[in-house]
Amino acid sequence: MEPKFQPTKEGYYGQFGGAFIPELLYPNVKELEDNYLEIIYSEAFQKEYKYLLNQYVGRPTPLYLSKGLSKKYNASIYLKREDLCHTGAHKVNNTVGQILLAKHLGKKRIIAETGAGQHGVATATVCALMELECIVFMGEVDIKRQAPNVARMKMLGATVMPAKSGSRTLKDATNEAIRDWIGNPEDTYYLIGSVVGPHPYPDMVARLQAVISEEIKAQLLEQTGKENPDTVVACVGGGSNAAGAFYHYLEDTSVELIAVEAAGLGVNSGESAATSQLGEVGVIHGSKTILMQDEYGQIIEPYSISAGLDYPGVGPLHAYLYETKRATFLNATDQEALDAAYELSRVEGIIPALESAHALAALNKMDIKAGQVIVLNLSGRGDKDLETYIDNLKE
Amino acid sequence: MSALIELLKTKQNRLCSVFFSAGFPKLEDTATIIKELSTNGVDFIEVGLPYSDPLADGTTIQYSSAVALKNGINLDVIFEQLKSVKKENTAPLVLMGYLNQVLKFGEEKFCESCRECGIETVILPDLPMIEYENHYKALFASYGISNVFLITPQTSDERIRKIDEMTEAFIYVVASSSITGAKGGISDGQIAYFERIKAMNLKSKLIVGFGISNKETFDTACDYMNGAIIGSAFINFLDEKGVAAIPEFTKGILA
Ligand SMILES: Cc1ncc(COP(=O)(O)O)c(C=O)c1O
Repeated sequence: MEPKFQPTKEGYYGQFGGAFIPELLYPNVKELEDNYLEIIYSEAFQKEYKYLLNQYVGRPTPLYLSKGLSKKYNASIYLKREDLCHTGAHKVNNTVGQILLAKHLGKKRIIAETGAGQHGVATATVCALMELECIVFMGEVDIKRQAPNVARMKMLGATVMPAKSGSRTLKDATNEAIRDWIGNPEDTYYLIGSVVGPHPYPDMVARLQAVISEEIKAQLLEQTGKENPDTVVACVGGGSNAAGAFYHYLEDTSVELIAVEAAGLGVNSGESAATSQLGEVGVIHGSKTILMQDEYGQIIEPYSISAGLDYPGVGPLHAYLYETKRATFLNATDQEALDAAYELSRVEGIIPALESAHALAALNKMDIKAGQVIVLNLSGRGDKDLETYIDNLKE
Repeated sequence: MSALIELLKTKQNRLCSVFFSAGFPKLEDTATIIKELSTNGVDFIEVGLPYSDPLADGTTIQYSSAVALKNGINLDVIFEQLKSVKKENTAPLVLMGYLNQVLKFGEEKFCESCRECGIETVILPDLPMIEYENHYKALFASYGISNVFLITPQTSDERIRKIDEMTEAFIYVVASSSITGAKGGISDGQIAYFERIKAMNLKSKLIVGFGISNKETFDTACDYMNGAIIGSAFINFLDEKGVAAIPEFTKGILA
């Protein structure tokens, strides 16, 4: 049977995806498109990629049966511990892969965008490892909000370039990275941080994150005798950790997929990042997807307490999962995410990233059956969010 | 045949085009700017559709777009403004915007509005050739709209030939690998690139844009191509001297 959730040759998932790029970027993107599969599946690449995932990132990450949550919901709730990856989130799975690709393509200069700074740190880390120049674009507003990650990137040797255009947050950092790439078409590699952007990025990043569900399958089999859970839950900003956690289950409709977006102050509050609920079909950063926009197609700035989830679009795979109802899209507010983070900290001794806390908060909104086997992708750890957690902690 | 294609047939050199953002500096300036440019020797005019996230634009056009949006510009207002100048017999107008604006406005409705305003040429930098062929070519053709494609120093000869084939109005020769923005001069590398394109003997007219900022760069571009487009430098001028000073600007370029 033809797989339903793999992109076409032109990078389409149903009506979503494609490569809506100015001619200025055509050679850069074409070079990637022509080479990414061959390079990624070459023996040399796979050997180095696997070695680094094991010995540098710390994979496989554990699949941990949460006693506290399982008891609360009368179910089996497993946490996929991406929070234990080097640099504190799943983001590094992607950056390790793409940096090897950039090296194979002979690129000398790496650029990236970042919102919260997690992808920026993960990129600066692999650039330090590979001794490549690293420039991270970050919105001026985010630079102020995420000072510790800015310091980490600088310590790792990266240059942090403030994005001063537009709303000066993640989408503007992405615009600036793309503008830089236009100006440096030959020696520069754009290392995108999620399953967004023009084809082949969404597919490439999904493949590099697919290691998450590959491990889940093997680990569940070992722990329960079955490789399929009933349900996989993940938070969605651009969608990379969810794409990785869903990947090997996409075609098997007996596995329920739940994507959790950030509702901010509430889906209809005007301060939200629940793209699937608020967006319409549009083009952002080279991809046709679901996009938060006004009646004239001007992009609306999203809001969430979590800087990793406030993207006005979503990856084209997720837009397709939403449209076809292959995945169920839930959302959690700032407060619900905070409460879920405090709860996990107390019952399991694990402080989750605010992004991952949105996935945890969605457990409350699911109709969980007795004994249901649920894998929740704990995409990152909460170190970067401590200030927010402390500020919001009621005595 | 469109007025622009007609013009390109009769005038072969020193074609002068100016780009500005609709609704900048003031919301109501659009029509005045078009009239002033038309009566002061500009051959055709590019009307920019201000967008929140103009990927291919530098700080100047980002700025004029943001100001225009704050002034309340949108596609409905722009088409009203363009309708109001239609009877004035101005220089041919070309719309330049981003694909998402067209998508959201409605592709068919956009084409209809273009027809009502006498617009026969559009530039959508983030509409790639393959998408155009698969989804827009037939629609645009049914409204008599021709699409302008860009080429850059990185565009292969093979692709340039294909673009030449598909071009009805002109090929937009992007002067260097960069986003829009006024630049000082034209380098030897750029001249080699112009010479390479010229030697290809394409059927289409070639108009240079991105970085053309003054008489000197305009003249150099015109030595190799059929004409050139000035954008950011004009916006900077408007910002500084205002709409009333437009004749001073065009004289500076064309004298
Ligand atoms: C821990 C964590 N989870 C999730 C995300 C959201 O990104 P994505 O939807 O691509 O997984 C981020 C982004 O910064 C993150 O840091």
